[in-house]
Amino acid sequence: MSILVYAENWDGKFRKSTFEAISYAKKASAIFQTNVKTISIGLIDNTELERLGGGGADKVISYPNINKSNGKAIALILEKEAEDCRLIILSNTINAKIIAPRVSTKLMAGLITNVISHIDNAENICVKRQAFSSKAIETTKLKSNIGVLTIAPNAFEINNHSGNCQIEINEKEIDSDVIVLGKDVNKGKISLSEAEIVVSAGRGLKAAENWGMIEELADVLGAATACSKPVSDIGWRPHSEHVGQTGRAIAPNLYIAIGISGAIQHLAGVNSSKIMVAINTDPEAPFFKAANYGIIGDAFEVVPKLITEINNFKNN
Amino acid sequence: MKILVCISSVPDTTSKINFTENNSKFDTNGIQYVINPHDEFGLTKAVMLKEKLHATVAVITVGESSVESVMRKTLAIGADNAIRINLNPKDSYSTAKEISNYVKDNPYDIIIAGKESSDYNGGAVPCIIAEILDIPFINSCNGLSMDGDNAELSREIDGGTEKLKIKTPFIIGGQKGLVEESELRIPNMRGIMTARTKPLEVIEPSEKTSLTESVSFKKPTPKGECKIISKDSISDLVNELHDVAKVI
Repeated sequence: MSILVYAENWDGKFRKSTFEAISYAKKASAIFQTNVKTISIGLIDNTELERLGGGGADKVISYPNINKSNGKAIALILEKEAEDCRLIILSNTINAKIIAPRVSTKLMAGLITNVISHIDNAENICVKRQAFSSKAIETTKLKSNIGVLTIAPNAFEINNHSGNCQIEINEKEIDSDVIVLGKDVNKGKISLSEAEIVVSAGRGLKAAENWGMIEELADVLGAATACSKPVSDIGWRPHSEHVGQTGRAIAPNLYIAIGISGAIQHLAGVNSSKIMVAINTDPEAPFFKAANYGIIGDAFEVVPKLITEINNFKNN
Repeated sequence: MKILVCISSVPDTTSKINFTENNSKFDTNGIQYVINPHDEFGLTKAVMLKEKLHATVAVITVGESSVESVMRKTLAIGADNAIRINLNPKDSYSTAKEISNYVKDNPYDIIIAGKESSDYNGGAVPCIIAEILDIPFINSCNGLSMDGDNAELSREIDGGTEKLKIKTPFIIGGQKGLVEESELRIPNMRGIMTARTKPLEVIEPSEKTSLTESVSFKKPTPKGECKIISKDSISDLVNELHDVAKVI
């Protein structure tokens, strides 16, 4: 018996969320007194696969000939590899959403998404999850023998291990039921869903060309950039940066909202952030009720000062 | 061409979320239900396809009679008929299984759901339907155009978009981008009048299997007062974030 983990990679590189899922599984494996088996999909170097051992994996099986977009095939592989497993763990990424529901259905396994707590009992699997757009935390119990859990990115620690992991390559090919025509990806940018710090701006910035200082602030903080809905609707920023009810929901450690009033629809997408800072000229802006820290002032004055202060802090 | 739109009724975003029965049940008292925001984009897209391709649009939901006003609204927006499966769903699997059982007997070319609902945020229903019906599934779908049985779609992936091609039948988890916010249809008077006479069929659930169970709810710990820092002492903010909040 093992705990199975989908070790997602992006163009051959594992990310933080991959190791969060493995660390989560490693912790659970102590309770189940078992080992952690991971599955990698798509072309990847052996040296990268070896890194999973340091994350806590005992074994990795790599399927280099399967495309990551082929959710159906990945679910099929996980089903086969889960033969003697009680648990399958994935990070709750965009990719996981085309895999986890399929594999849970194949195995008649309960699916719990957005998980934010560890498993503490092997007999009665019960975990906490985010619900009602972070306005509530739900405790959910598995009724089935096997469970599929997708864990919230940036909610769990990564623990390092000294162990090596055994690597196995499976050359299996499985056709996809969708044809990929092309991809358009912003390379080198920090992924919004797993960023620890997010710098976000709204209509208070007045024009698209004023985003230079937002990107600079994000750069000095090692942060991802985001925006409010009106900004993506006007076309100042791409839709992929829109966070809020109809955009992406995120949960970074630090969310800095600049020139965003804090409409309830915006807060629905960001209020899982651990710490929120609001910068706004309007002292009545609703964001000041939701934020941990606030600066009342003009973004064009405050942001450059903030960049200087962070640089000073980093240099000391 | 036959299009089916899966509708989730969710509490209006401004609702106060409370729980009853020792925090084990969601308190529906005073809750105003609305169409799940992501489903609105899918519904408008379906109505646009109907006008362009002479398709028919049905809407389906799994829920108790309290959600019928939401279904009437979808009819007013332009759906031709509505189906309500009379079950308070227990989890994503139970919802998806009921819809799949209905579709097995009543096939559709395109099934449109939202990428997730704003209440339980599971985002699993359309993918489970895809698995049960053995059809392709495109999640976070933000673009769809039809040419006969062929569809070209785009979906959001980490940091970008991916363009895809598939054949009907298929199911999508839709979101903004399927149509723009400014294109969203709202019911007009004529729509509201005609919706009254459009069929709203209620069918009993075929099975009630669920694989998970909700045990209890709690509200997140409230954040303390917002600490206002003067714009003339921004170094205080940096120190707070480092020393107290420990996030930089």
